[in-house]
Amino acid sequence: MNIEAKDLHFSYSTTEILKGVSFQAGEGELIALLGPNGAGKSTLFGCLLGFLKPNSGCVLLDGTDMAGLGRKQIATQIAYIPQNQSPSFNHTVLDSVLMGAANRIGTFEAPGKQEMQKAMEVLKSLGIQDLAARGCMQISGGERQLMLLARAIFQDAHILVMDEPTANLDFGNSYKVMKRILELKQKGYTIIMSTHDPNQVMSFASRVIALKDGKVIADGDTSVLTADVMESLYNVRVSICDDCRSVNILQ
Amino acid sequence: MKSLDRKPSYRIRFSLLAIACFVVFFLSFFLGRYPVNPFVALRILFSKIIPAIPKTWTNQQEIVVTSIRFPRIACAALVGAALSVAGACYQGMFRNPMVSPDLLGASTGAGFGAALAILLGGSYLAITLSSFAFGLAAVFLALLVSKASRMQSALALVLAGVMIGSLFSSGTSFVKLVADTESQLPEITYWLMGSLSTAKNKDLLFALVPIVVGLVPLALLSWRLNLLTVSEQEAKSMGIETAKLRAVVILCSTLMTAASVSISGMIGWVGLVIPHFCRILFGQDFRRLIPASALLGATYLMVVDDLARVLTATEIPLGILTAFVGAPVFLYLIISGGTQREH
Repeated sequence: MNIEAKDLHFSYSTTEILKGVSFQAGEGELIALLGPNGAGKSTLFGCLLGFLKPNSGCVLLDGTDMAGLGRKQIATQIAYIPQNQSPSFNHTVLDSVLMGAANRIGTFEAPGKQEMQKAMEVLKSLGIQDLAARGCMQISGGERQLMLLARAIFQDAHILVMDEPTANLDFGNSYKVMKRILELKQKGYTIIMSTHDPNQVMSFASRVIALKDGKVIADGDTSVLTADVMESLYNVRVSICDDCRSVNILQ
Repeated sequence: MKSLDRKPSYRIRFSLLAIACFVVFFLSFFLGRYPVNPFVALRILFSKIIPAIPKTWTNQQEIVVTSIRFPRIACAALVGAALSVAGACYQGMFRNPMVSPDLLGASTGAGFGAALAILLGGSYLAITLSSFAFGLAAVFLALLVSKASRMQSALALVLAGVMIGSLFSSGTSFVKLVADTESQLPEITYWLMGSLSTAKNKDLLFALVPIVVGLVPLALLSWRLNLLTVSEQEAKSMGIETAKLRAVVILCSTLMTAASVSISGMIGWVGLVIPHFCRILFGQDFRRLIPASALLGATYLMVVDDLARVLTATEIPLGILTAFVGAPVFLYLIISGGTQREH
């Protein structure tokens, strides 16, 4: 599975948010999208998922322009994992995961036994099968994030777009979720995740894309995340220790 | 699989609810100023289907059962079911369990339509038709306004609905102001309070068509409705055409609400409280929620209508009773947090 953004431009009325964003991502890549608030990360995600139509440029899925694909077709290839938020209704974890079947069953159909078994297998592969009958309002933020991961896997899409998957999670849960994401990368999923934690980027990402004012200012393996790039993104002086893969703020 | 273990208990609850619904339906024939034995009522009803049943009842009993009690009880069941299903769907669609099916102005519009028709001296049929038409018109106006707005669609829709609703309720107030205080004003006031005391077989037939037309697509789409309860972006990313699905839900629910209000007047709380209870008893899945809401809503409104008939010497308007029952129950739900308490 391969996704390519080609010279994406996007404006909300007169404000240009994306000013020519291009990159390509292939199998087994875990791309961290880094950028300050307002850099255009959400807009870029909107374009990648087909929610927003770019003013110019296009998104290619295995070489096919997404603009010509329907919702269901896009859903078979890209799944979206939103930021951790508390749901309004207390669906069970299993029912929530089953929602991922919507793209492959008929409009008036409901997922059957086979889909249910498949969903249980996915839950098992993430180690959360015990949560299946629990309400999604009654589980912790970390568990909910794993549930959303399960739903994305169950959706059978191989490109996963994640909006700050560890936002609002404590240190331990954040690690648990990242470990699962890393496993998915190793299984060959293409993962694009936004994050605000440069240390997380250093420890887990295979590639970094730095977005500033709607433009890509750095793209490559974690070594492109230099002190200069960090300062340009966040206006903070940092030192980067390459051996211990950590980013420290300089006073 | 744990979640499957719980299914049989849902099945038992469903059976109990269905039995309760039928029992209440038949017992309701017995209640009222002119008592009719439920078994006699049963025989009279069946004689309409099977003419071979020997006539062991008086003509008066037959008239009471077939032309007075039956339409009234059936209308109560129909309206209760329709309002509850519409409420369940609206709550899911707006991702807010505190929403009622008249959020977008369906019943205030219908109320205005009825008041206007009474003011203009319209016939019984004209009042029903006008109320149905204005109920639909109010929601379509809200939809048009929200389409023209540049705000986030769901928010714009709710705001537009509230505004259009208050516009129509001012309209109703104006109609009341200019109405004849001897005859029209009491009629309007009474209509607005909601009642089934004048329900006829014609009403039943009139409301049945739009309610079934609204109910069938919702029942068919029931699994997919679950996906409207997650954020719009999530639903889209899973392959749902959210705008289309929402339009279908609004259209169907509005049809059901407007048809209900046009024969029963304004009956609040049913569409808000019944889906809540059904979620507690049957979980969140719309595949269970829709039939459960229909059954419980029908049962509830039949019981309330029975109370309206027998509690006092004069009929109590339904809207007053549903509020008396609905509001305290809802307060209890707010305080206890229902099943949805987070930890």
